[in-house]
Amino acid sequence: MNNSQLKNALLRLGDDALILGQRLAEWCGHAPALEEDIALTNISLDLIGQTQSYLSLAGSLFEEGIKSDDELAFLRSGREFQNLLLVEQPNGDFGDTIVRQFLFDAFALLRAEHIAQQSFNPEAAGIAAKAVKEIRYHFDHSSKWMVRLGDGTPESHSRVQKSLNDLWKFTGEMFISDEIDRSGLESGLLPNLEELKKEWDVKIDDILSKATLVRPEDGFMQTGGRKGIHTEAFGFMLAEMQILPRTHPGASW
Amino acid sequence: MNATQEKLREEFDAYVAKDKKIEPKDWMPDGYRKTLIRQISQHAHSEVVGMLPEGNWITRAPSLQRKVILLAKVQDEAGHGLYLYSAAETLGVDRADLIDDLLSGKAKYSSIFNYPSLTWADMGAIGWLVDGSAIMNQVPLCRCSYGPYARAMTRVCREESFHQRQGYSIMMELMKGTKDQIDMAQDALNRWWWPSLMMFGPSDKNSTHSSQNMKWNIKRFSNDELRQRMVDMTVPQAELIGLKIPDPDLKWNEDTGHYDFGEIDWVEFNNVLSGNGPCNNERLEARNKAHDDGAWVREAALAYAEKKKTKE
Amino acid sequence: MSDKNKNWPLWEVFIRSRQGLGHKHVGSLHAADAEMAIGNARDVYTRRQEGVSIWVVPADKIIASAPEDSDALFDPANDKIYRHPTFYVLPDEVNHM
Repeated sequence: MNNSQLKNALLRLGDDALILGQRLAEWCGHAPALEEDIALTNISLDLIGQTQSYLSLAGSLFEEGIKSDDELAFLRSGREFQNLLLVEQPNGDFGDTIVRQFLFDAFALLRAEHIAQQSFNPEAAGIAAKAVKEIRYHFDHSSKWMVRLGDGTPESHSRVQKSLNDLWKFTGEMFISDEIDRSGLESGLLPNLEELKKEWDVKIDDILSKATLVRPEDGFMQTGGRKGIHTEAFGFMLAEMQILPRTHPGASW
Repeated sequence: MNATQEKLREEFDAYVAKDKKIEPKDWMPDGYRKTLIRQISQHAHSEVVGMLPEGNWITRAPSLQRKVILLAKVQDEAGHGLYLYSAAETLGVDRADLIDDLLSGKAKYSSIFNYPSLTWADMGAIGWLVDGSAIMNQVPLCRCSYGPYARAMTRVCREESFHQRQGYSIMMELMKGTKDQIDMAQDALNRWWWPSLMMFGPSDKNSTHSSQNMKWNIKRFSNDELRQRMVDMTVPQAELIGLKIPDPDLKWNEDTGHYDFGEIDWVEFNNVLSGNGPCNNERLEARNKAHDDGAWVREAALAYAEKKKTKE
Repeated sequence: MSDKNKNWPLWEVFIRSRQGLGHKHVGSLHAADAEMAIGNARDVYTRRQEGVSIWVVPADKIIASAPEDSDALFDPANDKIYRHPTFYVLPDEVNHM
């Protein structure tokens, strides 16, 4: 894995966390119960914390000079972001948010567990080791909600089944290997995505069956996030997130 | 009031006068219970509605560090609302009923949150001034006669100590910045200064609840005393970073050892209080929407809990 | 009045702040079930490293002594001063007993 590949691998980790953290932050003040408001913001805080670590590490690998986590978060254009399409999907209702979280958490947990164990890049291992603890709680939280909503009322069941059906087309992208994943696998930094998919399937199927939900068929999968080709909603999200640093170039906050 | 009631009332007053604490199951006069329920729930509503003007800027925070700080701060407010609803519930009311009163517009919350947050500097001004005034109001409540309220407030005050500091630190950073940033900071101070002084309520000569509440140790200092403290504390902080307080009548008074300051616009105060503030409707609509949108989720969780119980 | 059956029940929360100390009551919260109550307690009451262990108890399952019984329950201990070490005056030489 060369420098540029490592940098991109770290940017992906940071971008996944940043964009999902930003989406979850939109919930603050609007959740179904006060307790859940606090739970969702805790998850958002964990994710933005992970972002800061991964992006700072990625920023140290730019050949033209070190970039800060903030420069990477606020001054890159949409085409430069490499997050999964799944995490940028709008919040929708609480069920959409939980399904998005659940599908991602199961993946992110397995990925972080691997990165925490590898020795190719000890800094990344350190970040991932901390993240594993956090994501384990996120996954527990989203899994429990999947079961409550799936096996709750007829209304909640049909809502969350619909969310699952709608978001399923974004799950394929998690397991596609490109050059960066392959070099990451060779060096030991990144997991084997084929193997990881099997473990992900087990986790997902276990919870879906407890939730009395039907796993959707693997149809055509939407991809592009890793190449910087995002959904339309992403541009609006970025415009909102980046407005201040873009309006006041060079200012410090 | 019959003779027993009267005796109990006398004992209660004497007990409270000795600065002793009342706990949930102790006998208490109806008026005391009602006052506390009203005050604690209003306070809880203020925390929850207070999440909105700042929550507004979380997604636009200008750095990742500012984003997590603001997120943690607004999250604390949800926590504080929760602690306070908990304290109110020890008096025999249900949080759901209190929230219904907020959503229907029957219950009040602090009018300050009916002002809009227009720029990033408002996050500075709100933390520094609005939280500053709130802390000034709240610290004496840590010694209030009702135990659960006093304990909740102790926790709130401990957690809020970073809120005001993060606000001032935003202002400090802006004042060290570009001309646009400095203008933004001054503009935010101009807009938030008077509303934050209004937070202490009507002046003492027009305050209806004060004297009984003082006797019951629910309130320990008058509105005007606390307001004066806030002015005295804040003016030097503003000067230190080059901000100008928007009050032509403000001047140091050697004789009193306090700042003299101008008259509050009580017409505006009463208007915002009675629902004519710039954001009264938006705030209640946002709370109602969150509540309505979440109904199916709350029901589902309960239905699932019931099913699980039957299975066990 | 809101429909009581549609509200999440109330739970009392007790936190052990560190190993070696007992659990202490910290407040309450609402949750649909016990698992959620633990999760919510973690999110609400341990955001600042306040705890290493959590108990949650349905609020209506707590049995409390009645304030009007407190004279009978607690006053009789008042005059048993011989239970306290300071009751016994010993020579200075054995002061650390």
